[in-house]
Amino acid sequence: MAGAHATQHPRLQHHFDNLDQQFEASALGMWLFLVTEILFFGGLFAVYTIYRLMYPMAFAEASHELDVVLGGVNTAVLIGSSLTMAMAVWAAQLGTRGKQLLFLALTIALGLAFLGIKAVEYSHKFEHGLVPGPSFRFEAAHDPGHSQLFFSLYFVMTGLHALHMIVGIGVMAVLFVMAFKGRFTRAYHTPVEVSGLYWHFVDIVWIFLFPLLYLIDRHGPVVH
Amino acid sequence: MAPQVDALYFFLVALTAFFTLLISGLVVYFAIRYRRRSADETGVPIHGNLKLEITWTVIPFVIVLFIFGWSAKLFYTMARPPAETLDVYVVGKQWMWKFQHPDGHAEVNELHVPVGTSVKLTMTSQDVIHNVYIPDFRVKADVLPGRYTHLWFKATTPGRYRLFCAEYCGTDHSGMGGWVVVMERAEYQQWLAGGAGQGTMAQTGEKLFKDLACVTCHKEDTTGRGPTLIGLYGKAVTLDTGDAVEADEAYLRESIVNPRARMVTGFQPIMPTFQGLVSEEGLLQLIEYIKTLKAEPSNATGKK
Amino acid sequence: MDTAATPHSNYLTDGYGLKSWLLTRDHKRIGLLYLVSVSAFFVLGAVFAGLIRLELMTPAGDLVESDVYNKMFTMHGVTMVFFFLIPAIPAVLGNFLVPLMIGAKDLAFPRLNLLSWYVYTLGGVFTLWALVNGGVDTGWTFYTPYSSAFSNSHVALVVVGIFINGFSSILTGLNFIVTIHKLRAPGMTWFRLPLFIWAHYATALIMVLGTPVIAITLVMVAAERLLHLGIFDPKLGGDPVLFQHLFWFYSHPAVYIMILPAMGVMSELVAAFSRKRIFGYEVVAMSSLAIAVVGFLVWGHHMFVSSQSVYAAMAFSLLSFVVAIPSAIKVFNWSATLYKGSISFDSPMVYVFGFIGLFLIGGLTGLFLAALAVDVHVHDTYFVVAHFHYIMVGGTIMMYLGGLHYWWPKIFGKLYHEGLARVSAVVIFIGFNLTFFPQFIVGYLGMPRRYHAYPPEFQLWNILSSAGAVILAVGYAMPTFYLLYSLVKGKPAPANPWGAKGLEWETSSPPPTQNFESTPAVSEPYNYAK
Repeated sequence: MAGAHATQHPRLQHHFDNLDQQFEASALGMWLFLVTEILFFGGLFAVYTIYRLMYPMAFAEASHELDVVLGGVNTAVLIGSSLTMAMAVWAAQLGTRGKQLLFLALTIALGLAFLGIKAVEYSHKFEHGLVPGPSFRFEAAHDPGHSQLFFSLYFVMTGLHALHMIVGIGVMAVLFVMAFKGRFTRAYHTPVEVSGLYWHFVDIVWIFLFPLLYLIDRHGPVVH
Repeated sequence: MAPQVDALYFFLVALTAFFTLLISGLVVYFAIRYRRRSADETGVPIHGNLKLEITWTVIPFVIVLFIFGWSAKLFYTMARPPAETLDVYVVGKQWMWKFQHPDGHAEVNELHVPVGTSVKLTMTSQDVIHNVYIPDFRVKADVLPGRYTHLWFKATTPGRYRLFCAEYCGTDHSGMGGWVVVMERAEYQQWLAGGAGQGTMAQTGEKLFKDLACVTCHKEDTTGRGPTLIGLYGKAVTLDTGDAVEADEAYLRESIVNPRARMVTGFQPIMPTFQGLVSEEGLLQLIEYIKTLKAEPSNATGKK
Repeated sequence: MDTAATPHSNYLTDGYGLKSWLLTRDHKRIGLLYLVSVSAFFVLGAVFAGLIRLELMTPAGDLVESDVYNKMFTMHGVTMVFFFLIPAIPAVLGNFLVPLMIGAKDLAFPRLNLLSWYVYTLGGVFTLWALVNGGVDTGWTFYTPYSSAFSNSHVALVVVGIFINGFSSILTGLNFIVTIHKLRAPGMTWFRLPLFIWAHYATALIMVLGTPVIAITLVMVAAERLLHLGIFDPKLGGDPVLFQHLFWFYSHPAVYIMILPAMGVMSELVAAFSRKRIFGYEVVAMSSLAIAVVGFLVWGHHMFVSSQSVYAAMAFSLLSFVVAIPSAIKVFNWSATLYKGSISFDSPMVYVFGFIGLFLIGGLTGLFLAALAVDVHVHDTYFVVAHFHYIMVGGTIMMYLGGLHYWWPKIFGKLYHEGLARVSAVVIFIGFNLTFFPQFIVGYLGMPRRYHAYPPEFQLWNILSSAGAVILAVGYAMPTFYLLYSLVKGKPAPANPWGAKGLEWETSSPPPTQNFESTPAVSEPYNYAK
């Protein structure tokens, strides 16, 4: 295994033969991690699906309490942040430090905007007594016995998503520091690529959450 | 049904014994016959044998299909009570069983039934998940909160048979046992005649119906604010969504504790919930009462 | 083939002191960290088991209060399932051997590997904290609404501990999959991989796909408990049976996480001690994958009497029968391997014979449980308890011990006392059968599980079982002593004490830190023929 260590890339770990193999391993690892995340969120989506099929009226009425405008804006914000993330990966692949910093900063900003809007939405829910628990006071016209289920799922699903966003923003901040130090070059930019995958995944989860939570029966009046 | 379950069970015992002895025997034989005889001896390299693989895949597959078919058929009969049954209502709670007979007898932890009669238990829990298990009858079913579950049996020999709770339910789970007392018909009639000490379930249900003022909205005709309950049980009901449901026990229970879950078409959503205001026994009594409401104005004692 | 221990440094001598162990990235040292942790949890779980068997000697609940008993069987289940059986073979033997067997220098993500041990430890700390504070009494299955709304014990703490521990499993699985895909030595094609690797690959797939589901389910239970959310509580509109579906969706595949690695060890031991390749190598490899896949489709067989629809029950029953077939195929292939083999009776092989007998009974009694009409009678009785102990203890633990013995010389460079080892294996086999076979009988007779006190007609079988537990305890204690003794006084082990094939035997005992002095040459696996 004696290699020309003098020419070995400083980021190449000892148990890999070359940077390509190391990158492929990292990428595969991240994809596998995302599969576990799909199963993780999947449990919640399964519970949602089952309860919605069983109690469509309760879910529709409860869903109408959510703010479609804020949710829609947030969707646009996240899609925008995926665009800036993709640009950051592109800049990392080219090794252009300035653009890396710009796009990472934009991604962080958009991520924070998303969380800010979410916080506004949550505070509205608190004010209107829509948080499940002893102070829950939503009286649906149809099937009030099951409306609390919708709100429980709303908070757990968007809360878990928000947690993932926070972690993502943290990761972006770390990448920003690394980019600042000039760590990402044409030869080595694995952390950016791999974090990009994670960021896109968190975005995609929201793309599913938005219609499922906010857009139930919005095409017409609730069926009587 | 119990002997049929046993037949399958002991067939499986024989199957298990057969294959265990066959394969262990073969392994022991090979171990002795092919034991290493010199320090650097190696085995004969045999890659495999496709025919053998197929054989010992297909044969077990056929065997398990046979077992599946046999057990599924038996299970189907166990899961479908006969049309005519003696109904008993069961409410389980931490850590005891309450049995209600339609004629009003209420028992705790002990259930009297006549021999040779199909008995159907309709069960619910007041708190956590329990389970009724009568080993001698080879029957078992979970008892759930917020739902009715069923099991049925037909005892063939008089005697006292153990009843267990078989779903862990907290501190006194192992103390939540009881007895099923199977009596000769004559004895059972005597026991019935001994008097329940209270009215029939339907009568108690009728009293509840009046006490809770249900009659304010649910009249004997269609002039009330709520639909009439005459002839309701077992009927197909059209909901405001356009779907139709059967007005069975589950629907009736739900309509009392969560009235706006499935609303009858043509009525306003104004019925208040009675969750917490009626016990599970009370709900069963109300349902028994509703069952007696036939098209005739007077109510019979309602034995189906 | 046989080289005496060399004076070169090896992974054990490469750095001394606590820091060099607690901050190691060497998969071999991490395997040993796990060995210490899982052993500690095993002892804890075994103590609970001992107390349970002691209580059950008499029909009356006279040793401890009901609440205490309920906590004991819960903690026995939680520690054994999550903190011993699931990690034992993969995290101890798998971590140590996967890179060696494929000719790699380490796993793909060494730091993640260390993290996964810390995550395991953190999960363990939460669970132990809950134990010290009074424990949990819900059963390891945490059925709602008892666990989410009624129990007065530390449910949230333990559930968080298990949640955290789950990530250890996920990270290990992830590491194995990437390693096996990307770090095989030149010439190591998929069908040249040892069957231990196939088994761990299949296990890793389950770890990665199944564990997140129980993770989110436990999050929901904790949320329901702490925030009164009402996802499973019927009083708040929820469905308690939905919890069971989510729980068993993971927990059934989990049992395959427990047995597949043991089957991997089985293949290695049978090949090594018959000195020939496993009969039907490709079929055995594919069976591991088949078990992993079909294992995800059978969870409803834990719920036949839960008010599930008759048709769903039938579907699950049929699939449960189907999943038994690949396991049966493996047993036939291992047995066929013995034909015209050169069989020795070294201690690991004694464990192999024990496994065959016990796994046969355990597996075949699974058919009773898959059979709907019979399951109605024996569900939630000691019949089920006996079945799963035959597989998990008679299967997994036998192979954990067998593997530990087989690779002990490789891992530590020491030889243990062969005579004592063979005797222990036999004592374990006898003790095990006496402990658990009577439980089939008492279960069929109607004794429910999780019972603190029971009717007197069940006492005879309980006494037999408790007597067996004493013998079993002796059997487990013996290896503890002679294995630890070997570390101090054992003869130095040669590189290949068993004359076995496999890349791990091509390097010294213990191996150097980088595993191989030079990239190993790869050929057909198990090429014993001269």
